Amino acid sequence: MIEVDARGLSCPIPVAKTKQAMEKNPSDEIIVLVDSNVARENVTRLAESKKYSVDVLTISNDEYKLVLKPTN
Amino acid sequence: MKNIFFSRAGIIIVGAIIGVFAALLQYFGNPPNMGICVACFERDIAGALGLHRADVVQYLRPEIIGFVLGAFLMAAFAGEFRPRGGSSPLIRFFLGLFAMIGALVFLGCPWRALLRLAGGDGNAILGLLGLTSGIFIGILFLKKGFNLGRSHAQAMGSGWIMPALMLGLLFLLTFQVSFAPGGPIFFSAKGPGSMHAPLLISIAAGLIIGALAQRSRFCTMGAIRDVMLTRDFHLLGGVMALVVFAFAVNVILGQFKPGFEGQPIAHTNHLWNFLGMSLAGLAFALAGGCPGRQLFLSGEGDADAGVFVLGMVTGAAVSHNFAMASSPKGVAAFGPIAVIFGIVFCLIVGFTMIEKSK
Repeated sequence: MIEVDARGLSCPIPVAKTKQAMEKNPSDEIIVLVDSNVARENVTRLAESKKYSVDVLTISNDEYKLVLKPTN
Repeated sequence: MKNIFFSRAGIIIVGAIIGVFAALLQYFGNPPNMGICVACFERDIAGALGLHRADVVQYLRPEIIGFVLGAFLMAAFAGEFRPRGGSSPLIRFFLGLFAMIGALVFLGCPWRALLRLAGGDGNAILGLLGLTSGIFIGILFLKKGFNLGRSHAQAMGSGWIMPALMLGLLFLLTFQVSFAPGGPIFFSAKGPGSMHAPLLISIAAGLIIGALAQRSRFCTMGAIRDVMLTRDFHLLGGVMALVVFAFAVNVILGQFKPGFEGQPIAHTNHLWNFLGMSLAGLAFALAGGCPGRQLFLSGEGDADAGVFVLGMVTGAAVSHNFAMASSPKGVAAFGPIAVIFGIVFCLIVGFTMIEKSK
């Protein structure tokens, strides 16, 4: 399991970091920590386009844990 | 709150509305192919405040005020108003400053580049190509691990500063305050600064666009970046809609005039149109948003975006005070050297802010 901590990083860094993690570990589950709706939306869109399933867990008010699982 | 603008249809509708509003704002009095131009309008604000004395470009543009306040109100309503900051503010200030210098060599920000295209100005193509090449260089840094560091939550008051500043500007505009005979606030009597839609129309358009853009995350630089970085065409849909709808309304209103020569508030120096916007594109890419997006972010509490905006306003003052800003006659004496300085600055920022991967 790979963890990407993108909290506090603004658009598009969370997406760039997640993409990098996907390319390095194509078959692994990836956990992404974000703390804004924008980052949550953007990482979700990236994951869906890369054929990952996305589970969004709300940790606190503005903090989310995204669990990305490759579907193929 | 569910975000209806997360959808493809949502961003396209927002882009279309911005395109229509921009063409209409021109119809109601804003300068040609400048229904909305974030860089030009911030430059006009700098002039109105007396930060530069180019007397043809001085006006407190209500669209800018509306962008920030619209985003602020919508973010508060949607539970997304979140004061934050501390991600390399000084670097962001100078990225904003140089982005403005580059934009004023071209004579427009990405928004106006799109609107110039929609109005038939072929020189915009060079600008957009430059913008794309600048963003491309920015992406190379992003892929290497470039970032400006994390921001942190800040006190409520931090997020109120930019909206409050805009309210202050609105006050000065509404009452046309004069601080001394022959002194600021300056309002152009001729030139682009004297051309503006009625205040109520401008502020309403600004508020609506600010609110919609806050929800939809509309960003012109982001549109081009996302296509190159992740093959994500989401934001590009909005930008394409902006161009198509602005073009359609321009044709209907007789505002479409194709060509390269004699275009309004534009020059035909292809090289510096290209390089000016290359600098702007690179600076926007490193800072994470086009000038419009920076305004919307500043409205939702992002202090770093607010610093970028103030950097742009300062950049406008520098551009006009030190003969760097172009005019319809062409590139100014110190425009090219300033662009080269800016590109070097951005490259140094890019190389020195690469995070080593673990």
